[in-house]
Amino acid sequence: MNYFIIGFYALLIGASSLAAYYQKRTPFVLLFSLTLVSFVMGIVGGESMLWAVTLLAGMIAFSAGVSYSFREFLVLILPRDLAKEMRTAPLTAGFGLFVIFTYAISGIFAPIIAPFGEAEVISSAFAPADENMLLGADQLGRDMFSRIIYGARNTVGLALLATILAFAMGATAGLYAATKGGKLDQLLGRIVDVIMSIPSLIFSLLLLSIFGTNTATLIIVIAIIYAPRVFRLARSVGGNVVVMDYIEAAKLRGEGTWYLIRKEILPNSSAPLIAEFGLEFCFVFLLVAGLSFLGLGIQPPTADWGSMVRENATLISFGEITPLIPAGAIALLTVAVNFVVDWMLYRSSGLKE
Amino acid sequence: MGDILNIVLKRLGLGLVTLLVISIIIFGAVELLPGDIAQAVLGQGATEENLAALREQLGLNRAAPIRYFEWLGNAVTGDFGRSLVSQTPVSEAIFTRFGNTLFLALYAAIIAVPVAIFLGVLVALYRNTVFDRVANVVTLTSISSPEFFLGYVLILFLAVKGGYFPAIAKIDDGMSLVDKLDRTFLPALTMVLVVVAHMMRMTRASIINLLASPYVEMARLKGVPAWKVIVKHTLPNAWAPVINVVALNLAYLVTGVVLVEVVFVYPGIGQLLVDAVTKRDFPVVQACCLIFAATFILLNLAADVGSILTNPRLRHPK
Repeated sequence: MNYFIIGFYALLIGASSLAAYYQKRTPFVLLFSLTLVSFVMGIVGGESMLWAVTLLAGMIAFSAGVSYSFREFLVLILPRDLAKEMRTAPLTAGFGLFVIFTYAISGIFAPIIAPFGEAEVISSAFAPADENMLLGADQLGRDMFSRIIYGARNTVGLALLATILAFAMGATAGLYAATKGGKLDQLLGRIVDVIMSIPSLIFSLLLLSIFGTNTATLIIVIAIIYAPRVFRLARSVGGNVVVMDYIEAAKLRGEGTWYLIRKEILPNSSAPLIAEFGLEFCFVFLLVAGLSFLGLGIQPPTADWGSMVRENATLISFGEITPLIPAGAIALLTVAVNFVVDWMLYRSSGLKE
Repeated sequence: MGDILNIVLKRLGLGLVTLLVISIIIFGAVELLPGDIAQAVLGQGATEENLAALREQLGLNRAAPIRYFEWLGNAVTGDFGRSLVSQTPVSEAIFTRFGNTLFLALYAAIIAVPVAIFLGVLVALYRNTVFDRVANVVTLTSISSPEFFLGYVLILFLAVKGGYFPAIAKIDDGMSLVDKLDRTFLPALTMVLVVVAHMMRMTRASIINLLASPYVEMARLKGVPAWKVIVKHTLPNAWAPVINVVALNLAYLVTGVVLVEVVFVYPGIGQLLVDAVTKRDFPVVQACCLIFAATFILLNLAADVGSILTNPRLRHPK
């Protein structure tokens, strides 16, 4: 028994007693289950496990704090009606927005933030971290930290471009099919069915093996594979709008199909489409990361998170966490986007039960 | 009974047609190559004689539709031609590897399905409590993480630091079942983590959807305990969506293993596909894609049929 263990349990038990005394149900359940879990963890894993629990709890508390202050900050600077929405947002959404904001900053200002270039060899292979290199060097002696920062620009940028392209194709075709109906609608529907019945990773591997792996093909292939999802949603949402009276009125006024889609249908089906954009981005991003991990995505020497994981994977067997950092960066962004989408879906669907 | 059989047969026919279309796409995609296969294999520097010889050997001189039907006919009888790289029959390599992949997927499914349904019912029971919210965040995180992230985290903590399980899942036919299960535990666990999270969320959502129905209100008003409302009144009606989700996730298990197999160096069909794509070994790529697509469609069919069988309203269409 040393001071750390005594202090650890004293703090937890004291805090849960306080919560119980003031009849705070939620904090009490949380704190007390944490105490029970750390009893088990402490017996199984000893002091190091308790340190891990403390670290984890500290990280969660820290990110909760950051999310809270970021949400309050947004409430203050946003215009009034948006601020009202923000105020009721859950902390997870605040966290998601904060992470997205951070990634955007590091992606846009990558050359200013990163201390070295993305392809610049500055030391020996797998050199450990020092004051020059925050995270050490990769398999060729390039600075890991700089490559992570540049990765935010390359990987996320590519996924974003592919998503936008998929969205433009899918939504346009979907809304057009909903407005026009008839033979074209049927034809598009069948094409979409076929594309969706092939698993996306397998389909993209097939297409990439044929067309080769340069950035432009990558974007187009991914956009074609993911456009059908958007098409289906856009068509079903658009289908509900098309039967409204004001569409009939616009048609009688003699407006063209393009005008109907742009001015009448799109504004009235934007909420589900925006949420879908977030989800779609997650899928595309994971596919891009997976393809790069397999060596078929963005080609070296461009810094890219998926291929960085693969290139440094051997370090895992020495107990180093280096390959987990780019992988974690991918996971963190997807989680963040999902948190935000979750909140938006909850808001628009009114799932209250 | 006749009705059900009719519907199931109709679905089967539809699935077969889809598979046929996909086989055309898989075959046609290779035809789209700039030049042709011979050009792609031999590269730019190939002489005319070499190209002609290879074309002769691969039978590229005949028209594409004839070659398609030949390819399809052979594929149905289990002959996928010869690999361009190793010159050995493709089917030999594929069938043992496909067995391995199915073994891994089945292993993961046997763990994942009961756990997911149990946890899904549990979070539906304790909805909107701390437990539910923590489960929501944890499952969302696990769904959003790429498989290789989860895989490497498991390797780092359970294999390298803990030393409980082997980090590389190399198996062969001579090993006993227990040995195999031990070797493949980490890849199976990686897939379980992803799939459980997804199935659990869907189970929760489909149960909660039903909680607003009048008969649930009725059961509550007559004093049925909360867990009994869910297990006895809601779950039977939620089976259709749950079975759907389970089948879709099984489809994911078979096709989504590619990344997991690469992380754990598992001798499955996914790794074969990735190797073939990097080497541009088209017969192998075609064969793997066809097998993956067929499995995927089959399981989707199973999802459709399952949800029809468990839902009387779909069994008797108006």
